[in-house]
Amino acid sequence: MTENNPENTLVINTIRDGTVIDHITAGEALIVLRILGITGSTSECVSVATNVTSEALTKKDVVKIENRELKAKEVDRIALVAPNATINIIRNYRVIDKKGVIIPSVLMGVLKCPNPCCITNTNEPVLSRFEMLGKKAVCSYCDAVISSDISTHII
Amino acid sequence: MNLGGVEVSSMAKGETLADTIRVVSGYADAIVLRHPKVGAARLASEFSDIPILNGGDGAGQHPSQTLIDLYTIRQSMPLDNIEIGLIGDLMYGRTTHSLAYALARYNARIHTIAPKGLGLPDSIHDNLVEKGAKVIEHDTIEEIISELDVLYVTRLQRERFPDPAKFFDISQGYRITPSQLSDVKEHLAILHPLPRVDEIDPAVDNTPYARYFQQARNGVPVRMAMLTEVMR
Repeated sequence: MTENNPENTLVINTIRDGTVIDHITAGEALIVLRILGITGSTSECVSVATNVTSEALTKKDVVKIENRELKAKEVDRIALVAPNATINIIRNYRVIDKKGVIIPSVLMGVLKCPNPCCITNTNEPVLSRFEMLGKKAVCSYCDAVISSDISTHII
Repeated sequence: MNLGGVEVSSMAKGETLADTIRVVSGYADAIVLRHPKVGAARLASEFSDIPILNGGDGAGQHPSQTLIDLYTIRQSMPLDNIEIGLIGDLMYGRTTHSLAYALARYNARIHTIAPKGLGLPDSIHDNLVEKGAKVIEHDTIEEIISELDVLYVTRLQRERFPDPAKFFDISQGYRITPSQLSDVKEHLAILHPLPRVDEIDPAVDNTPYARYFQQARNGVPVRMAMLTEVMR
């Protein structure tokens, strides 16, 4: 993102206050929003850029959320689909905090259990719960294992 | 209190298991739960003020049966380092899942003999291997029966086979008969969680290897002990 060169300027504006999620894996921005519970019906002003040219990733997605500072617990869940993402907290146009994402050891209400007979795939008042063991996610209720394509199981 | 099956409980009216458990936990000192969904007992434990005993959750686990199985084996031999054969429907047979996990703690070698598609679920197989268990798959019982200390037989369920003729053909290959027991270890113990249908020839009942009725009897003291323990 080079602000001085018009050719390299993003089509989305810089924000005064809020959160910029940078270096999202190209094409995953909408899934990131879904994980964060930003559906369009919420009040945040959100800008999304996909397939932006990036030196590090060749292509990347970027999400900017105005007037909302995301907390670590909220953003770590996006590590499932965007392990290289960086979270920039912006105040008065300045980056006041910048950090990466870490896949949490327990995922609550993020993944749908692939076992149709699992008790979490019913109308019971519980969130799905998965423990991360290395790159595998294991259902805490039925022990079903998601070992590949985890993002396809995101609720 | 016997609340009967799910079909006669408030769950048939649409009540969640969570609500049922919260209600019943106000009536009783412990709950023994058998439920068709995997993970039901774990969920119930989150909504209960009293102990929950898992009496079988779908194709998941059946830990109380496993305690009975371990006790029955222990009556014949030490639990450590045994060679055990699991035969039958290992995919949906929840008793074998719990037993395999338990025996993995005793350094057992677990031999599996199951029709294609009804072997141990990959997740359980991998979990056992990660825990250091030795799991060896066999095509036929004849390959391994002479080396076994325990043979654990489970029922092949007819509904798993759309074609009745195919079920008959396949089930014959997983049927234990006296002729297969000519070269087995003297102390071999044959177990079955019951009910059996055709998977053990009734003539095996009269051999010294049959322990399944003793195993069923053991259900009384073992379950008494469990109830005593959780309500202590």
